[in-house]
Amino acid sequence: MAVQVDSLKSVPYFSGLSESVLSSISKHVFEKRVERGEILIFEGEPAEVLYFVVAGVVKVFKTSADGKEQIFRIIRPGESFNDVPVLSGGVNLVSAGAMGAVVLNGIKKKDLENVIKEYPQVSLNVIQVLSRRVQELVALVEDFSFRHVTGRVAKILLEYAGDGVGERPRLTQQEMAAMIGTAREMVGRSLKNLEGEGAIRMERNRIIIASQKALREIAGII
Amino acid sequence: MREMPLIDRDKCQGCGLCVSVCACGALVIVDNTVRAVDVDECRWCTLCELVCPNAAISCPFEIIIEDDRA
Repeated sequence: MAVQVDSLKSVPYFSGLSESVLSSISKHVFEKRVERGEILIFEGEPAEVLYFVVAGVVKVFKTSADGKEQIFRIIRPGESFNDVPVLSGGVNLVSAGAMGAVVLNGIKKKDLENVIKEYPQVSLNVIQVLSRRVQELVALVEDFSFRHVTGRVAKILLEYAGDGVGERPRLTQQEMAAMIGTAREMVGRSLKNLEGEGAIRMERNRIIIASQKALREIAGII
Repeated sequence: MREMPLIDRDKCQGCGLCVSVCACGALVIVDNTVRAVDVDECRWCTLCELVCPNAAISCPFEIIIEDDRA
């Protein structure tokens, strides 16, 4: 089933395209709905579909041999995942799971290739998307190399903080731990440290950032 | 109604470990599956999430900025 053109307009892959082109592309795009916890793609399986998140949040992760989960990215509406293996050919480099009820748009590898051949603007958009992905990965390497755990937790809090308006992903301590490559216990310890420093305040199921300045200093963000 | 820990009933094996660590009686086993009861005493300690061997319970935190200037 083809999807609505409107849902494609906010996707970076298709920015700068006319309504008629989007309408043509939409015939190759299908919709998929999943519930919290459902796995959308499995690491190691053939990469056949590129997905765009329309509503909800998806986590992209890897699981180690001993079952430890490392989250690489949180995918929000308008963003895509599974780009690299679909474009390069091969297997899924990571797994992806729904963090809540999620609506997705998907396009099969072959259809995407045809769209790219037919509309050169899409090629330029793909290059921009992949360039941003490289920047994100460089930032992740920097995190692992230079920031201590409390600093990494502080950075995550700053990145994911909302003003209480609109849809923001909510994070468990397990998810925070997976995102920064540490044990869950370390996150709990770090949150206590941050609270002790007066940077945050824990109020039941809310983490209140009391001082962005203090948090930024601890995170090593100038 | 206050938000309570989220339980994935498909993953829950009804082992009761979470019930055993919950200090406030917010979790009960019904028909071999854990359920959350709305109790004022739940302080979001997240121990239930920590001990669950099947990742069936999650306690997500909302992250909010109190003061943009500070």
